[in-house]
Amino acid sequence: MPEPAERELTFAQAIREALAEEMRRDSRVCILGEDVAEAGTPFKVLSGLVEEFGTERVIDTPISEAGFTGLGVGAAMTGMRPVIDIMFGDFLTLAMDQMVNQAAKVHYMSGGKWKVPMVLRTTLGATRRSAAQHSQSLHAWLCHVPGLKVVLPSTPYDAKGLLKAAIRDENPVVFFEDKMMYRLKGPVPAEDYTLPLGVADVKRVGSDITLVATSSMVQVALGAAALLEKVGISAEVVDPRTTWPLDEKSLIESARKTSRVIVIDEGYGRYGVTAELASVVAEGAFYNLEVPVKRMGAMHVPIPFSPALEDLTVPTEQSVFEAAKSLCGVA
Amino acid sequence: MTTATDRSESPMEVTSEKWLQMFRRMQMIRHFEEHVNDLYMRALMPGLAHLYTGEEAVAVGICEALQQDDYITSTHRGHGHCLAKGASPDRMFAELLGKEAGYCRGKGGSMHIADPATGNLGANAIVAGSAGIATGAAFSAKSLGKGRVAVCFFGEGALGQGVVYEVMNLAALWKLPAIYVCENNLYTEYTHFKETTAGDILERGRAFGVPSESVDGQDVRAVYAAATRLVELARRGQGPSFLLCNTYRYTGHHVGDINREHYRSKQEEQEWKTRRDPILLFAEWLVGEKIADAEALRKIETEIEAEMCAAVEFAIAAPYPEKSEVDQDIYA
Repeated sequence: MPEPAERELTFAQAIREALAEEMRRDSRVCILGEDVAEAGTPFKVLSGLVEEFGTERVIDTPISEAGFTGLGVGAAMTGMRPVIDIMFGDFLTLAMDQMVNQAAKVHYMSGGKWKVPMVLRTTLGATRRSAAQHSQSLHAWLCHVPGLKVVLPSTPYDAKGLLKAAIRDENPVVFFEDKMMYRLKGPVPAEDYTLPLGVADVKRVGSDITLVATSSMVQVALGAAALLEKVGISAEVVDPRTTWPLDEKSLIESARKTSRVIVIDEGYGRYGVTAELASVVAEGAFYNLEVPVKRMGAMHVPIPFSPALEDLTVPTEQSVFEAAKSLCGVA
Repeated sequence: MTTATDRSESPMEVTSEKWLQMFRRMQMIRHFEEHVNDLYMRALMPGLAHLYTGEEAVAVGICEALQQDDYITSTHRGHGHCLAKGASPDRMFAELLGKEAGYCRGKGGSMHIADPATGNLGANAIVAGSAGIATGAAFSAKSLGKGRVAVCFFGEGALGQGVVYEVMNLAALWKLPAIYVCENNLYTEYTHFKETTAGDILERGRAFGVPSESVDGQDVRAVYAAATRLVELARRGQGPSFLLCNTYRYTGHHVGDINREHYRSKQEEQEWKTRRDPILLFAEWLVGEKIADAEALRKIETEIEAEMCAAVEFAIAAPYPEKSEVDQDIYA
């Protein structure tokens, strides 16, 4: 849990502060992406950075995800520390060869000689009424590939510390931001700090059930935990924070303690992050579990446009609350 | 030291030593590839082998115009580029055989030779896969201001890939010191390039305002002259360029591609080998210019062959990586 801090920032401000601090600290850090400079991205996450660092370091690119991601890989290999901005996670498809066949492979294929210290920031998350090509949570795809690290911050505090760690990492790191969370406020220390990649955080301590949740679903899980408390169920919320490297130990420890586990992630469940996390818990805590591990994720449909339909596709506080009650045998 | 100047192709002064160095490198590539073929046929080499034979003048002409710390990216048909940039044949063969002493400790193989010491960012088995990397190296070169340039080698088959145009657009917009070298060896695997490539190849570079020219890829002096000029442009901050090198792949797409008559005739192959061979043409010129006599050139060839034999022996005798290596180097 974060240290108590007076100052509060939004998730977007925490991201911006992490970038600004790292750019001041290291002149090799630069940002490349569509409308990252004067526009500060459509989400205004980067507002103000170009004024401080100039257009040589905050660089507007053409709409060429494969081109500027690939350029980032080569720049990272040769002395820069680029932070690539892919506006919507859905557009990762256009840059996948650069990430999967290039960035992820360079270090291994070269026998450890070349390194790719690059960060790719992008978004995930539905319920913004953006339809099927601007709403997906595709982080599982990247988790599948050895050579990449995948970060899923869920609070402003985590966002700042994890992004700074990602920028200092010597490997390609994919950093997913829930676009619905940019306005979420939380305590963020003004000082320099990093959070190690691969260390989970217990966001709420509990004893009856463990809610393992990632990114956007952490806030959902915390909301559900508050509802559960009212009916006498003590829920623990564990946030892996990075899906690779994965802090398997913390997940298993919590599962052994509470004996009931729901895994919640906004990506698709099939062959998805929840499948992997549930498997880790099942293998590590099988004999301590009272009930099978339950998974909750996006419904296996393209994300629909109509609010009446879209809201059905992702787990909510209420649906997690109901599922948790059921696992605990409470009507 | 004698100095020869080719007025028609290269106005720059080139020392005899430099010309002979080019001859040596071309012979090195030719003999290296003959041994690769042999290793493959003897089932000593795992995987695939895409030979560069016939295209030697391109790699050598380009790389001789570069400094050691300039960058290159290469292709699945990359042995020639790596050797031309200064890779050592013994460690190349070791990599091809999957040995620990190889450039990538046996983890990359024939299609992935990489070597920071010679600026080789890596051969790449995705067609056009290194276009982004090379352009990124040019981006670093410009940002860090050390005067380096980056050469992106790719075959004409890569012209079908969109990423090539994305990065040429970026390089042109930002005046990056990148040289895009398209090796047109006429065949995209087993298909003639005319069946896969609409329009004029040079127009592709020109569309971005990138200086674009073509050169006889069998004439090492012409390639070297063009490369020297384009490298100089890049170093002076004038931005990227596109060089089309017209060449020919003597053998199949890979060593096992033996029956090629469904896509090209034996007569065509024979004509290139006898009339357009880059090594024969260069040797003729060297003798004509009295830079070396035939005997001296034969001596070079003999030395190269001895070096290749020793390199092969080294690689065959070298140990495989320890099993514990399998999950090392995934993360830095």
